[in-house]
Amino acid sequence: MRGFITLFHKEVMRFWKVGFQTVLAPLLSTMLYLLIFSHVLGKHVEAFPGVPYVSFLIPGLAMMALLQNSFANSSSSLIQSKITGNIIFLLLSPVSYPEMFLAYVLASSLRGIIVGCGIFAITLWAVDIPLKYPLWALIFALTGSFILGAIGIIAGIWAEKFDQLASFQNFIILPLTFLSGVFYSIHSLPPFWQQISNLNPFFYLIDGFRYGFFGASDSSPYFSLFVVSICLAAVSLITLWLLKSGYKLRN
Amino acid sequence: MPAIAIRQACKQFGSLKAVDSVDLEIMQGEFFGLLGPNGAGKTTLINLLSGLTRPDSGNLSIMGHDVTRQYREARLAVGVVPQELVFDPFFTVREVLEVQSGYFGISANEAWIEEILDRLDLSAKADTNMRALSGGMKRRVLIAQALVHKPPVIILDEPTAGVDVELRQSLWAFVRSLNQSGHTIVLTTHYLDEAEALCGRIAMLKSGRIVSLDTTSNLLKTCPGRRVKLQLVPDNLPDSLETELLQHESGYHVLKLEAFTDLEPMLEKIRQAGIRVVDMVLPHPDLEDVFVEIMRKQ
Ligand SMILES: Nc1ncnc2c1ncn2[C@@H]1O[C@H](COP(=O)(O)OP(=O)(O)O)[C@@H](O)[C@H]1O
Ligand SMILES: [Mg+2]
Repeated sequence: MRGFITLFHKEVMRFWKVGFQTVLAPLLSTMLYLLIFSHVLGKHVEAFPGVPYVSFLIPGLAMMALLQNSFANSSSSLIQSKITGNIIFLLLSPVSYPEMFLAYVLASSLRGIIVGCGIFAITLWAVDIPLKYPLWALIFALTGSFILGAIGIIAGIWAEKFDQLASFQNFIILPLTFLSGVFYSIHSLPPFWQQISNLNPFFYLIDGFRYGFFGASDSSPYFSLFVVSICLAAVSLITLWLLKSGYKLRN
Repeated sequence: MPAIAIRQACKQFGSLKAVDSVDLEIMQGEFFGLLGPNGAGKTTLINLLSGLTRPDSGNLSIMGHDVTRQYREARLAVGVVPQELVFDPFFTVREVLEVQSGYFGISANEAWIEEILDRLDLSAKADTNMRALSGGMKRRVLIAQALVHKPPVIILDEPTAGVDVELRQSLWAFVRSLNQSGHTIVLTTHYLDEAEALCGRIAMLKSGRIVSLDTTSNLLKTCPGRRVKLQLVPDNLPDSLETELLQHESGYHVLKLEAFTDLEPMLEKIRQAGIRVVDMVLPHPDLEDVFVEIMRKQ
């Protein structure tokens, strides 16, 4: 337990000490997206009936930032300590692999949630967003940050160089988040692309999260919760198995 | 119960057998030396013990705990000072030691941390960031990190590589005092004189195999290569003695000498060739000779 607390605390300090890059920078870039997309598309699009585009956009962008930052936290921490070699201090210790898993995932989740909340805090005064079912929003925020924190561990274990990690981010994480209905309701897509989006687990995270705000969504929140729960269970099992096997870490 | 028990440990990297069927038992309280040329597999063997690398086969245990099945107990029982100078640039010396204590499940370790900082001459640097430390200081922090949980077994992997003479002396005094207070010490080093002075028992490793395992005094006794160093005028060795020649060393011919009774016939041959002996040294055999001889035989 003490080992878990120490690692969690260390992981939180790691991003907090450089909060300028890990929290403020993603807030800034998200605000730029918001500014540009709401300005360009705001007049033409109404995603849900009666919901202005900018209101629709903010939860999606917040969730996207939350997902990307949760991923960035565990993956960059792991690859950094692998490359500098100081991962051995953890590997030499009796900290168990479930403790490692929880510490990395929860610290990643915390960073994702802080960035996500930051976006709402900034936009609160300018845009009116309802919060119909806060519990739904919270459940999807937590599940999403856990899933991406765990995927970040997998990527951090697998990658041996920073550019491999960047590829993982650019070719897997980024497309999945962008094509998940952050900027549009998938009902506005042609049927073929709707089908494709239905296969993207990130779509259910964002759709379910949005349901918490507007009480409206493309898919039923129960079904979304079912899908993301299965995803969380699957990536957790894979991550735990990797940590247990010592894949690439104990070699 | 031995401090360390290794049975038929094997580790391969591709086709390279880095550790090849190693059997080894180290008793509690020993000061044990692991010697061998670069690439012999010393670090890999240590990594198998510490859990940084998984064995392909074989069993390893520390204080009776299997390093794979009872990894938590095994790791609590051992402190490892790694060969590489690794550090976490995010933290100060004290923070590093607090984090390491936490990993080992210890929440209030201030008193012991102060003591190891003091004994390693690190107190003045306690609140300095790791990045700002010299190599020797970083090495001391690595040692301090290995000691936060007061492990009964301490493994040091070339702790004095690249460290200045003064620090080497104080490090060895420190490690010796740890041994005297009951800790089992295992060390690898390039400096054979250190191993000779410190270690009670020594294993020599080559290409992943143990090629010699004995007490230091036995190794020195059974020293196969007693030698004689001769300075000659003119500086030519008679042909009949070429087979005994080991090397040339700053104006001396170094010859193999199986027994003292061989000396007289050797000098006789030199005299008959019309060569004079102007200086003769009979060096006391040291571990370096043993080492060189054993490595050559393999
Ligand atoms: N992770 C690794 N991958 C491939 N080869 C390795 C790895 N680690 C060590 N080796 C090889 O195993 C052999 C033993 O290395 P090592 O245990 O570091 O030797 P020593 O510590 O005695 O110098 C060397 O030939 C080394 O190149
Ligand atoms: Mg080595």
